[in-house]
Amino acid sequence: MNLEILGISVLWLFLFGYVIIASIDFGAGFFNAYSLLTGRQHILTHIIQRYLSPVWEITNVFLVFFFVGIVGFFPRTAFYYGTTLLVPVSIGIILLAIRGSYYAFESYGSRGHKGYSFMYGAAGLVIPAALSVVLTISEGGFISMKKGQPVLDYWALFTSPFTWSIVVLAISAVLFISAVFLTWYADKAKDEGATRLLRKFALIWAGPLAVSVIGIMVELRKHNPTHFDRMVDVWYLLVISAVMFLITVRLIWKRSNYGTALALLVGQFAFAFFAYGVSHYPYLLYPHLTLYDSFTNEAMAIALVIAFILGFCLLIPSLYLVLKLFLFDKDYVRGKEKNHV
Amino acid sequence: MDSGNAVFFSRVLTEVTLTFHIIYATIGVGIPLMIMIAQWVGIKKNDEHYILLARRLARGFVITVAVGVVTGTAIGLQLSLLWPNFMQLAGNVIALPLFMETFAFFFEAIFLGIYLYTWDRFENQKKHLLLLIPVAIGASMSAVFITIVNAFMNAPQGFDVVNGQLVNIQPILAMLNPAMPTKVGHVLVTAYMTSAFVLAAIAAFRMLKGSPHLYHKKSLFLYMKLGLVFSLASLLIGDFSAKYLVKYQPEKLAAAEWHFETDKGASLILFGVTDGENIKYAIKVPYALSILAHNNPFAEVTGLNEFPRDETPPLYIHYLFDTMVMIGTFMIVLSAVYVFGKYKNWNFISSRWFRWLIVAGGPLTVIALEAGWWLAEVGRQPWILYKYMKVAEAATTSEHVDLMLVLFCLLYLILGIGSIVVLGRMFRKNPIEQEIADREAEKGGDFT
Ligand code: HDD
Ligand code: HEM
Ligand code: HEM
Repeated sequence: MNLEILGISVLWLFLFGYVIIASIDFGAGFFNAYSLLTGRQHILTHIIQRYLSPVWEITNVFLVFFFVGIVGFFPRTAFYYGTTLLVPVSIGIILLAIRGSYYAFESYGSRGHKGYSFMYGAAGLVIPAALSVVLTISEGGFISMKKGQPVLDYWALFTSPFTWSIVVLAISAVLFISAVFLTWYADKAKDEGATRLLRKFALIWAGPLAVSVIGIMVELRKHNPTHFDRMVDVWYLLVISAVMFLITVRLIWKRSNYGTALALLVGQFAFAFFAYGVSHYPYLLYPHLTLYDSFTNEAMAIALVIAFILGFCLLIPSLYLVLKLFLFDKDYVRGKEKNHV
Repeated sequence: MDSGNAVFFSRVLTEVTLTFHIIYATIGVGIPLMIMIAQWVGIKKNDEHYILLARRLARGFVITVAVGVVTGTAIGLQLSLLWPNFMQLAGNVIALPLFMETFAFFFEAIFLGIYLYTWDRFENQKKHLLLLIPVAIGASMSAVFITIVNAFMNAPQGFDVVNGQLVNIQPILAMLNPAMPTKVGHVLVTAYMTSAFVLAAIAAFRMLKGSPHLYHKKSLFLYMKLGLVFSLASLLIGDFSAKYLVKYQPEKLAAAEWHFETDKGASLILFGVTDGENIKYAIKVPYALSILAHNNPFAEVTGLNEFPRDETPPLYIHYLFDTMVMIGTFMIVLSAVYVFGKYKNWNFISSRWFRWLIVAGGPLTVIALEAGWWLAEVGRQPWILYKYMKVAEAATTSEHVDLMLVLFCLLYLILGIGSIVVLGRMFRKNPIEQEIADREAEKGGDFT
């Protein structure tokens, strides 16, 4: 394995971590708003506050890690993506900022304003949509070079069915991941009302997820045949992912083994995510930028890898501690302890 | 919008974002240490007041951290969005500390989450205090790493340029650049200083508003003492910073001091106005500039006229320097009088007007902090990477920076007002008298 691959693998892994944890968070906000709207308030509020409040800052760091890391390992991405993504990423930041800060304002400061809950829920869907545009752009066809500067063609971007199929995928994935996780968490917390509701959400959102994946494959074939062909080359990864998806849905349907269902869900997304990543290789931005021509110098790469290994040794035990305290501690999960500052 | 405008709006957006972030970031660096000291004193003296102080601070801290984190995420991404050419170049040489910073964030975020949710979970209070140590270390280390990046922009090294290509890159050498020791030191101690004086100001304010509780007195005295220590340290390292400038960025110091002609025994100029090179209405302190620059009243100080006109920073940074130094000196005097007066039982330090001065000290220190950063950053103009790349060459060519500027200004307005309102409500709804009473009831009498 060379340094380029090592670098992108680590970053892809952290992006995957962000996608999963952030999806849980975004989806939870949406479900909360929805249950308020339908008059079933507070079924979810407790779960959300118990699980999500302690970890929202950690979730954010996964994102920071990814974008700092990619500019570190592949500095030329700053030039291509930085120049073109000003608008979508700025919108993403602003929404993230409002969402993140109001999280703290709400959970620690004042309580329950309905309008706020709706905005919060809606932002949870708009953010993944805005950020997923980055993936769309990386497929090429929307950026052209003018006078040596990359320029993004917004009209082409927003009229392309490919863009919209990725947006639908992002939203349904967020809601599906979130619903499956929260079903498991609510079940562990012995909160039957919440479990029942969340299970229903999980089953509902499995449908759009499957449809949008198929839609994307169709669109990708038209949009970027090279990528599509490479995707077909790794068909076995996609099949494993699909099988895991079916078992997850079945387990939820049968109301058994929510824990296994959650593990399979993570597996499903891991296989799909890495199949996508592997087939995207070697391009970071098709066809302008590859891993190799954007890579940093060797000295920096080695320094970054060493820093990463050292940092990782620090992180693993700390993350373990968090999981132990907030995810696997029975009393905490059931809300028996009130130790908040 | 042409590219000149893109540069202009990118500058304004960077200025706005950093000016806003730095307030919350500085508090984020300093407050964990302040909480730690309070909790430690509380455990040591077995004094519930200090423990409560730590607890209430931690609660407020959640709000400022949240704003710090989201605005930090904004500036982190904006570096690539607004200065893609710079990040492309700098990423090759200085990505290491930026990357290490994310680990510091991770570390801080994880333990902060644990710390906040485990009050009273441990029999032994000391164990809970231990959880705060990684938070304080993480916060200070993130300041250290980002300041190293900033130091590199002022004194780049650790690479060579051959035929327009970067070669011979040494990431560690780039981190250990000559601007690093004074910058990192000054930024850290001023962050602690700012936090201490802001907390002292809050305590003084509560007392002025008629809460004579012992709790506020203890808090005020503790943070005035800490403020004194850290403001003296700031002065000392600030003096080292000036000596660094003399050696490596003499035009920054010369512009900050309106020192046009190179001469010996240079005097320090305070305030005043310039008209060309005529300085009017200024206070001149003879020999002081030579002392600041070289520790020798007769030493020679390089003047601004030695440098090409288009490579010198704007002259208004003089006022920024004056503001910072005046406030720094004022805070040293104020806190020294208070701490000394406390031991000597001087009455006037408990008078209303003196307390109002302490209240003013909080915002003043924040102003000094802003002035310091503006001095450092504007004083580097026109360079983004000193002697290698100009700001104008670094900016994006995107056409929508002006619109983004408007959106971000709105965002910061919302965040700024929101955080103040929420903090105010949080403490007003649960005043200290109430909380002490609650805890006594809870503990069933074994309250000491
Ligand atoms: C509470 C804030 C505060 C206070 C009271 C002071 N400073 Fe400061 N100063 C800063 C906050 C600051 C800062 C925000 O931390 C800066 C900006 C960038 C940096 O490295 O530190 C800074 C920069 C800075 C620089 C420029 C360094 C550079 O550009 O590399 C000099 C020469 C000084 N300071 C000197 C002083 C002196 C002689 C002070 C006398 C009391 C002083 N500062 C008080
Ligand atoms: C160009 C300058 C800067 C960049 C790019 C930057 C970047 C960031 C980022 C990305 C975060 C969010 C991290 C998270 O998700 O937890 C953050 C927060 C933070 N930043 Fe900044 N930062 C800058 C300047 C500074 C400075 C000068 C300081 C200190 C003196 C500082 C101290 C902090 C701290 C302590 C936090 C954690 C949040 C808090 O405790 O309030 N930053 N910054
Ligand atoms: C990675 C680190 C940093 C980068 C890439 C960076 C970049 C820049 C750029 C390009 C400007 C615009 C210059 C101009 O307006 O002419 C600027 C200005 C400024 N920066 Fe930095 N900076 C960094 C670190 C910091 C830090 C840590 C702070 C502290 C808060 C800071 C504070 C400021 C301020 C206050 C200005 C406005 C000064 C002005 O008008 O020129 N910067 N910075």
